[in-house]
Amino acid sequence: MRAGQKLGLILLLTPLLLWLSLLIIIPHIDLFLLSLRERVGVRQYETGLANYTTILTEPLYMITFARTAMMSILATLLTLLIAFPVSYYIAKMARGRARSVLFLMCLVPFWVSELVRTFGWMILLRESGVISGLLQWAGLAAGPVEMLYNDAAMMVGLVYTSMLFMVVPLVTTLDSLDDAVIEAGYDLGGSGPSILREIVIPHAMPGIVSGSIVVFMLSLGNYLTPTMLGGKDSLWFTQMIYSQFIVRFNWELGAAFGFMLLILSSLIVWAVLRLTGQTLEKTMG
Amino acid sequence: MIPTIPQNPLIRIAYGAYVALFFVYLALPLTVVAVFAFNDSQFPSLPWEGFTLGWFFGSERPMIGVFHEDPILRAIGTSVIIGLAVSTLSVAVGTTNAFLFNRYQFRGRSLLYVLMLLPLVIPGIVLGISILVFSSTMANAAWEAAEIDIQALRPGLLLVILGQFSFVTTIATLVIAARLQKFDRTLEEAALNLGATRLTAVRTITLPYLAPAMIGAFVVSFLMSFENFNTTLMLVGSDSPLTIAMFDRLKLGSTPLLNAVSLLLMLGSSLLALVMIAFQRKP
Repeated sequence: MRAGQKLGLILLLTPLLLWLSLLIIIPHIDLFLLSLRERVGVRQYETGLANYTTILTEPLYMITFARTAMMSILATLLTLLIAFPVSYYIAKMARGRARSVLFLMCLVPFWVSELVRTFGWMILLRESGVISGLLQWAGLAAGPVEMLYNDAAMMVGLVYTSMLFMVVPLVTTLDSLDDAVIEAGYDLGGSGPSILREIVIPHAMPGIVSGSIVVFMLSLGNYLTPTMLGGKDSLWFTQMIYSQFIVRFNWELGAAFGFMLLILSSLIVWAVLRLTGQTLEKTMG
Repeated sequence: MIPTIPQNPLIRIAYGAYVALFFVYLALPLTVVAVFAFNDSQFPSLPWEGFTLGWFFGSERPMIGVFHEDPILRAIGTSVIIGLAVSTLSVAVGTTNAFLFNRYQFRGRSLLYVLMLLPLVIPGIVLGISILVFSSTMANAAWEAAEIDIQALRPGLLLVILGQFSFVTTIATLVIAARLQKFDRTLEEAALNLGATRLTAVRTITLPYLAPAMIGAFVVSFLMSFENFNTTLMLVGSDSPLTIAMFDRLKLGSTPLLNAVSLLLMLGSSLLALVMIAFQRKP
């Protein structure tokens, strides 16, 4: 029995270890090593931090880096603000059938590819698009209005794309809040806002944290939305990684970009977990 | 604010209106994509030129429908192959992972659990480039050592499958582990008492119990693979899956053909979602 258990453990550990080491850990170490390599001549390389100093001293790279981070944080906050009342409505106000229908309706758009969703926004927002057409028809605009290719359009797309990942954890945590607790809050003389602050939000914290982390990650790592909806100046960090790898073929610099993105995202995730006293196991698992 | 506590009706109406507006926002992009698939025009935009099914069934220029557009059909085929491979692998490894974390206590277990969750917080594009870099390191090493050119390690089908598998497995593990956690282990012990071997007990008792979660994980993995863009973008070779093929076309300018493909995608994924819900309902 003892030996049998040991064999079982080894058999079950093998796929896990193969997966994690060959596809996650070793590739990331290799990526890091590549980012430390600098090209000094044809097929001649030296180890050093040259790629990172290039990034730190080139304003365009740093501005893009900071911009991507700030815009992702903004997208996360907007998603949270928009999603919270809706999640609360689904979890606490709606009853019975209406409730499951509303919840399912939140999920439906996300069964479709992100590309289709982005395409939908392009049809709506572009110069020859539906909204521009409606505005002209209503006499609110004299000529075609271009609403695509700017930061606002990109933000609309980012928020839309990650909405589900905020709504689901919020509904799940709010659902577990007993109505009686809210009633007790009112009985004790609490008002709407104070109950929201003292009871509802603290209870929903795990959901807020896990939703925010996922939305932030998705925005930061998004390539499609900034490329299709954003303008010429709304460069996104992932686009720089793509162009170094695929267009310029400067893998060393691209690897350094990738690593910076990874560090940024890990730092922010870690900071959020720290600040809210949550752990990765609790919020994700 | 809950229904049992009286509220100012004005606030209540405003709240309801906000929620309604939210659902309009959710539905709007998908609705326009679907509607313009039937527009008899070269562009998916206003004005409305009349209803047509040409973007589905048309066989002559300038209106070649989805069902006669070979590159798109091929891309759908590629996506299906990738999706099936990724979901099969992910469900298999997800199941072993779920058993491992549910049944065994060993040193380093919690570290491995965190590592298992890690792919969720790595940006997809970084996963893509790290696998790209590692596989070409291996390919170059093979070339330098023995002059063997391993095509499989260059961007293409295998790398796309591995890249998607690398993070889809985490999702599959979580879905399957959640159900395994609820499993009553005395059932398995009863089977052992009745003379079954350990493996038979797992095969005849535990796995059937897990089946709905495994099917659910399979469908979710398939959809995630089918939809994936970021990781795939970095690893794709000459045979693009559907999302990449559509992206390339969208960059060049869109025709309602893309709307038609999108509508078919919506129908396909809703169908899969329904299948999954039907399976979950079974006790």
